[in-house]
Amino acid sequence: MTQISINVDGVNYSDDVEPRTLLVHYLREQVGKTGTVIGCDTSNCGSCTVHLDGQSVKSCSVFAVQADGHEVTTIEGLAVDGQLHPMQQAFHENHALQCGYCTPGMIMQSIDLLNENPSPSEEEVRDGLEGNLCRCTGYQNIVKAVLSQAEGARTPSEAQGAQS
Amino acid sequence: MIPAAFDYTAPESVSEALEALRSDAEEIKVLAGGQSLIPVLRLRLAAPTLLVDLGRISELHGITDEGDAIVIGAMTTHHDVATNPLVAEHAVLLTKAAETVADPQVRHRGTFGGALVHADPAGDMPAPALALGAEFVITGVDGERTVTAADFFQDLFTTAVGEDELLTKVRIPKHTSWSGHYEKFTRVAQQWSIVAVAAAVKADAGTISEAKVALTNMGSTPIRATAVEQALVGQPATAGAIKAAAAHADEGTNPLTDTNGDADYRRHLAKVLTRRAVVSAAGV
Ligand SMILES: Cc1cc2nc3c(=O)[nH]c(=O)nc-3n(C[C@H](O)[C@H](O)[C@H](O)COP(=O)(O)OP(=O)(O)OC[C@H]3O[C@@H](n4cnc5c(N)ncnc54)[C@H](O)[C@@H]3O)c2cc1C
Ligand code: FES
Ligand code: FES
Repeated sequence: MTQISINVDGVNYSDDVEPRTLLVHYLREQVGKTGTVIGCDTSNCGSCTVHLDGQSVKSCSVFAVQADGHEVTTIEGLAVDGQLHPMQQAFHENHALQCGYCTPGMIMQSIDLLNENPSPSEEEVRDGLEGNLCRCTGYQNIVKAVLSQAEGARTPSEAQGAQS
Repeated sequence: MIPAAFDYTAPESVSEALEALRSDAEEIKVLAGGQSLIPVLRLRLAAPTLLVDLGRISELHGITDEGDAIVIGAMTTHHDVATNPLVAEHAVLLTKAAETVADPQVRHRGTFGGALVHADPAGDMPAPALALGAEFVITGVDGERTVTAADFFQDLFTTAVGEDELLTKVRIPKHTSWSGHYEKFTRVAQQWSIVAVAAAVKADAGTISEAKVALTNMGSTPIRATAVEQALVGQPATAGAIKAAAAHADEGTNPLTDTNGDADYRRHLAKVLTRRAVVSAAGV
């Protein structure tokens, strides 16, 4: 067992883990952040995406011991006082999910994408979500949701509100 | 799946890491970004008894300007290579290649050094490193040695780095007024290269004065397309001249046949992708 200290969604945790514990298992089973899910065994699907020191990573491909002393943000850390993060709201409004399994990872990656490139083209959004697989939506509405949050973009309701 | 149990150490200096590599554990593995190693451990295709994590060794991170070369620390991530201004200015071919590796999450963790030591024939960093004449600094208890790219890549997944050694940094000679392009052929998103071509060219007044071209996944190691390079030098930077030179791209290659394509198909791809890579690099 190795002792680690990690800040998860703004709270400090100190725990003993086996070195082989994957970050995703630590988050789900020891910290209780079951919002972050596991969708594959091959590091391909991206459903486990979290932010490590502000950058997106696949938490199934990082050991918890590697995150010792670092900050992790999961999908559960996005809402503030019950208010959804704008990207969560955008997924909701644009019907960007069906079964919802890919959604936690998709939203975490979408936020990272706009952090790095605040006004992407549609092609850049598709490239930036390359590491996240969705088996339901066909991606169209996911791309729409992300573009709605790009710098300078407005949702139809915001645009209408501005006119009236 | 959960990997088999192992012991873990995260040294804070290269010398401590080298010491750990000489401990009497049964099977020792170096852990860099983990983006190739952790998937392998999860599938239990390997079961080392000790992992030596390089992640806390600050001297292995970062990119510096050293006069006629830029020096990239082994633990520098693909993301940092792809977005670093020194790399963009002096070795734009590496910028272009790093952008094509995997996906953003993997690029945030996976490292330049790890990708080179892993030496997957379909990996995207070896061919650009070969094309640009990279020098690999390998450190062991007896000190440092420097090997050329031609000596570094020895075979499939095999490099000049010994079991008790580390790749610590890579010197990339500056190619400041050169342009570059990495043309990668895949059929689905997030795929490894079926074939890819790394090209750097220098053009003066519309004539190609120097050219460096290397191929990904056309053999067990990256291959320098010397016949293409020779055919390009002195030619006008036009689509026709480049196409004629690119016809030599499969000379001296030994591509494999697998479910993504047979050897003849890869030979064909090498020519087409070489033409596209040089055309893009030359801005034709
Ligand atoms: C979904 C997915 C898609 C991918 N797609 C691509 C792709 O399209 N193109 C591509 O090129 N790569 C791809 N990769 C692999 C990625 O580039 C890895 O980052 C890279 O191959 C290994 O780097 P790493 O830092 O993660 O090394 P690790 O996985 O930590 O290590 C790899 C190997 O190198 C050894 N090693 C690492 N660093 C050193 C060192 N400094 N000294 C001595 N030994 C060392 C380790 O012991 C291990 O054997 C993909 C990976 C994933 C998970
Ligand atoms: S669970 Fe599929 S990439 Fe992590
Ligand atoms: S909504 Fe079902 S996998 Fe994406």
